[in-house]
Amino acid sequence: MTISIRSVEKKFGRYPALNKVDLEIADGELLALLGPSGSGKTTLLRTIAGLEFPDAGQVLFDGEDVTFASAAARRVGFVFQQYALFKHMTVAKNIAFGLDVRKGGDKRSKDEIARRVEDLLKLVELEGLGKRYPSQLSGGQRQRVALSRALAVQPSVLLLDEPFGALDATVRKSLRRELRRVHDATGVTTIFVTHDQEEALELADRVAILNQGRIEQLGTPDQVHDHPETAFVCGFVGEANRFEGHVSGGRFAAGSVTLPAAGAADGPAVAFVRPHDLVLDDAGFEVRVERAHVQGPLTAVSATTLDGRRLDISAARADAARFTGSVKLSARKAHVYAA
Amino acid sequence: MSRDKHTARRATDDPLWAKCLLIGLVLAFLALVLILPLVAVFAEALRKGLGAAIEAASNPDALAAVKLTLLTAAIAVPFNAVFGLCAAWAIAKHEFRGKALLITLIDLPFSVSPVVAGLIYVLIFGLQGWFGDWLVDNDIKIIFAVPGIVLATVFVTFPFVARELIPLMQEQGVSEEEAAVSMGASGLYTFWRVTAPNVRWGLLYGVLLCNARAMGEFGAVSVVSGHIRGLTNTMPLHVEILYNEYDFVGAFAVAALLCLLAVVTLVLKTMLEIAQPGVRGHGGH
Repeated sequence: MTISIRSVEKKFGRYPALNKVDLEIADGELLALLGPSGSGKTTLLRTIAGLEFPDAGQVLFDGEDVTFASAAARRVGFVFQQYALFKHMTVAKNIAFGLDVRKGGDKRSKDEIARRVEDLLKLVELEGLGKRYPSQLSGGQRQRVALSRALAVQPSVLLLDEPFGALDATVRKSLRRELRRVHDATGVTTIFVTHDQEEALELADRVAILNQGRIEQLGTPDQVHDHPETAFVCGFVGEANRFEGHVSGGRFAAGSVTLPAAGAADGPAVAFVRPHDLVLDDAGFEVRVERAHVQGPLTAVSATTLDGRRLDISAARADAARFTGSVKLSARKAHVYAA
Repeated sequence: MSRDKHTARRATDDPLWAKCLLIGLVLAFLALVLILPLVAVFAEALRKGLGAAIEAASNPDALAAVKLTLLTAAIAVPFNAVFGLCAAWAIAKHEFRGKALLITLIDLPFSVSPVVAGLIYVLIFGLQGWFGDWLVDNDIKIIFAVPGIVLATVFVTFPFVARELIPLMQEQGVSEEEAAVSMGASGLYTFWRVTAPNVRWGLLYGVLLCNARAMGEFGAVSVVSGHIRGLTNTMPLHVEILYNEYDFVGAFAVAALLCLLAVVTLVLKTMLEIAQPGVRGHGGH
């Protein structure tokens, strides 16, 4: 199922949640909507689901206009942030809900539904828990139930709103792989919303980065991380030191800090440098090391420039001893944007 | 022993003297305001023996009052349960213009004196009221008849179910309904299979409160009833009449019966809660 979002706008009161959003999602793709809170990512997801309706623009499923079609008619599977499991129903009843509501020719026999529930429980590794109630499950298990309930209706699209937000770090990591595995096994077009860039970059085929109701950049995890198109994306994805200064003659300067800025137009600008792009260089600018500590195979260094700006450096572990007192640095690479 | 002492102690525990003082105050207050009057009702009723009390409570007028009270509750409570559930559903799960006004209207019976509520119906349906002539022409009796008593009771008890359900439903949010709808459930199916089961304990509680008040309502019913013995006297009105006639045993016997009905309601509620342990606690999240 391909999905096209065309110039979709949505306001809540006077607050614009979506501002002329265009997005094409390929069949079988796993796409992440990444952005800070209030960026419109959840509104976009709910608009695709048919839980919100846009003020302007179109939503197309396989070229067919579904802008104002009901959620049910779109056959989407939706996993809610707090899972929204039916508290008074067993796990099996929860998963079967979408099949139980069917009428007429679509109706399934009891045996068929029971078999499907068993298959889904197997898929999310919850065999034997069908008779439990949601309150008797852990957070991670509830998440899996929510996922299999959404998959039960064999949806054309699977939509997940902050699917791992309410879980602790270890469970989150294993469930992330689980979602990828389930996606690869079912091949269903999947869109998930997250504010966690690590999650988006690890899991998704492509990432759409949203800010203030607009898509700032759409690309593969590598593209958005290594070639951020806007200052917002650069600051939001990956770690970066941020400087405000001026560009002149292909160099960016902010106080004592100078950075390469080949091709950038002269004038005021903001620059971002990834911690791992800062290297020791006797021809560079001077910083004072405040603290250096080992982080696995790396050395994480906190430093301040001569005019008091803080910056983070990530160096090889072998270089740890060289980061003491005053050192000189230069940047291998910097992302510079006109301010 | 010392182990028990260790686990029982909490940071928020108060010193022993404070505990004793507070618990003592509560017990004294409960005894004075709740238990003593209850005991007094039964003591007065049984002053001339059980036989006299049973006789007083089973004379035809008293039985007619009991029947009327049960009939009124049997109409008013289901009516308010259904409309309270509808109102709470509309208010808690939807956004619409005039919502604040609707909430205020639902609260109106709580803020208006029951006597005024009764008078309103007299003004509308009474002989000199707006629809008085039309009602007489068509031979319909509302005031000083059973329909008036039911109307007044419905009015006075209207907020109980809705008020119990609105906060509960608001806290539960709409995501379970959204989940149901996204899986293809119709609005009605979603309501019966998702919304209603989630509030069933709150609904039951609201119904019990509503029932207690419906059986006990005095002011509004007093105005519209006309106090015709054996015809338009509910139990509370019958108690008053007997009391004013210095028939204390009779008054307290009927009062005791009214108390017993309330106790039965509470026992019923407790039994239901025991039969489904913990379920009420699950409603919230």
